[in-house]
Amino acid sequence: MLRYVIRRTIQMVPLLLAISVVIFTIIQAAPGGPEGTLLDRGMFVDPAAIDAYRARLGVDQPVFMQYFKWLGAMLTGDMGISFQTQRPVLIMILERMPDTLRLMGLSFVVAAIIAIPLGVFSAVKQYSTFDFIATGASFVAIAMPVFWFGLMMQYLFSVKLQWLPVAGTVTVGVGGFVDQLKHIIMPATVLSMHSIAGWSRYMRSSMLGVLNQDYIRTAHSKGLSRRTVISVHAVKNASIPVVSVMTLDIARLFSGAVITETIFGWPGIGRMFIQAMHARDYPLLMGIMMMGSTMVVVFNLIADVIYGWLDPRITYE
Amino acid sequence: MSEIMTDGQGMALAAEGITVKLRSNAKITWEKFLQHKLAVVASLFLLTLAALCFLAPLIAPYEFDAIDLANIRKAPSVKHLLGTDALGRDLLTRLLYGGRISITIGLTAAMLGTAIGTLIGSMAGYFGGRIDNLLMRLTDLAYSIPTLPLIIVISSYSNTQAVGIVMIIGFFSWMQTSRVVRGAILSVKENEYVTAARALGSKDRLIIIRHVLPNISNSIIVGATLGVGNAIITESSLSFLGLGVSPPTPTWGNMLMDSQATMSSQPWLTIFPGMAILLTVLCVNFIGDGLQDALDPTL
Repeated sequence: MLRYVIRRTIQMVPLLLAISVVIFTIIQAAPGGPEGTLLDRGMFVDPAAIDAYRARLGVDQPVFMQYFKWLGAMLTGDMGISFQTQRPVLIMILERMPDTLRLMGLSFVVAAIIAIPLGVFSAVKQYSTFDFIATGASFVAIAMPVFWFGLMMQYLFSVKLQWLPVAGTVTVGVGGFVDQLKHIIMPATVLSMHSIAGWSRYMRSSMLGVLNQDYIRTAHSKGLSRRTVISVHAVKNASIPVVSVMTLDIARLFSGAVITETIFGWPGIGRMFIQAMHARDYPLLMGIMMMGSTMVVVFNLIADVIYGWLDPRITYE
Repeated sequence: MSEIMTDGQGMALAAEGITVKLRSNAKITWEKFLQHKLAVVASLFLLTLAALCFLAPLIAPYEFDAIDLANIRKAPSVKHLLGTDALGRDLLTRLLYGGRISITIGLTAAMLGTAIGTLIGSMAGYFGGRIDNLLMRLTDLAYSIPTLPLIIVISSYSNTQAVGIVMIIGFFSWMQTSRVVRGAILSVKENEYVTAARALGSKDRLIIIRHVLPNISNSIIVGATLGVGNAIITESSLSFLGLGVSPPTPTWGNMLMDSQATMSSQPWLTIFPGMAILLTVLCVNFIGDGLQDALDPTL
């Protein structure tokens, strides 16, 4: 097992390198270059000043030199300096990290708590009214644009009913747990919607597959209660592939966070990404993209390891 | 049970004086699809909606860019069934015109993504070895970079038009298809008919196109259907962030972007375009579900 993890970790290196080349190339292809941002704002027009600025950022050097410089710095944790704030990108990302983790963490837990029982009941009561409604609801959730769902929630709960604050993380001057909870309810619901729909569908089909297995029939014939058979024998085995999918989705939640945080004014990494995009803050964009990609790669490995750990039929060689 | 049978069986039975109705594969699929009520209803709804959208210039009550300053921000009424926007433009008219762009983008982006995925997946699966290794590492790579942020950055480079959006979405939505196609080809390629075709001297290209792809078309078609829904949602998300098709051309996404600021006073401007996206994607996904059941020969 340990050898497998080590081998996979070593294999991650070329993949991450390739990712860094792609991200660097895409950002390099951006029109205007870094000084474009400043020229747009009419901050300076003196060509000498522009050259000095380019030299300071290192963008006057050949592209491949810039890449190696960026990569080398990246390996030591230096993700460069933000064009907007002139502060280190790493610090900016770390500052925003707690809010994003809070939102993603809550969404993940809520989605898991809702999706798994939903999938189990749908499968156990296949073709019942409950199954029909749950299936219909997940189809609707998957077909709904995340941002529109967010806007509708805001309209209903903030504008019409005035139960929940429209955006932000905390009311200035109020604070406290209840206030923070009120702020996080809507973004967490919106962010977890797709996960609930996807995972419950997945759990349902996995459960249906397991319920047809011989060992379930054996458990029934041993005289075990229906409840024991389902909760001990069936759910445990059916959740193995689902847990693996859920682990993969942690990294994918980041894509959802970009939209969700923007709608709800949530001061996390996702919103910072959109702000960096509008400001053409390339070091910050590169840093966030690199972080997101690394998350995908790492959780890929974790998902595989968990799968093997939960399913004794799988051995790693 | 006796519904699906080969010509040979049919003839044998016919010789015994039993009449057998032979049905083609397409007909079987079609009949199975018709049993999926939801998918049939969804197809009819979607066809109607698409027809209305594409006939918009003929049937729309107003011009999509007709500004009417005497009637701005009017709630839904008999004169304007879905109300008007901040410039007094009729929302129903703009929804119909917007649907043309949104549906076209969805269809073409999904086709592009499916084509790229099929090409890469079939090459990897059929040739195997180093080509397979290289192409699958490429797929891993594309999979590892979060797609939406990547699409957002690339779209932000230029004042994009519909064609650009289609290219961007298509180029970053082929990974799923390529993996599915590769897997399917790996299993199909071991069949005797492929060996037979090769023994007869068929070229690789011909074998893939004539013998392998038709046998895995099921998974490609279902994947492509789901891709249409995803592309429509991606387009609307981009437009919502101000990166999609630029105004005044209406799309469902950029109509939502415009409406956001005035949602509390004119909610209809937000509700209806969103409903249009929701219903369209929902119908597309129901059709995909129906096709999946209908095309699966084991059901």
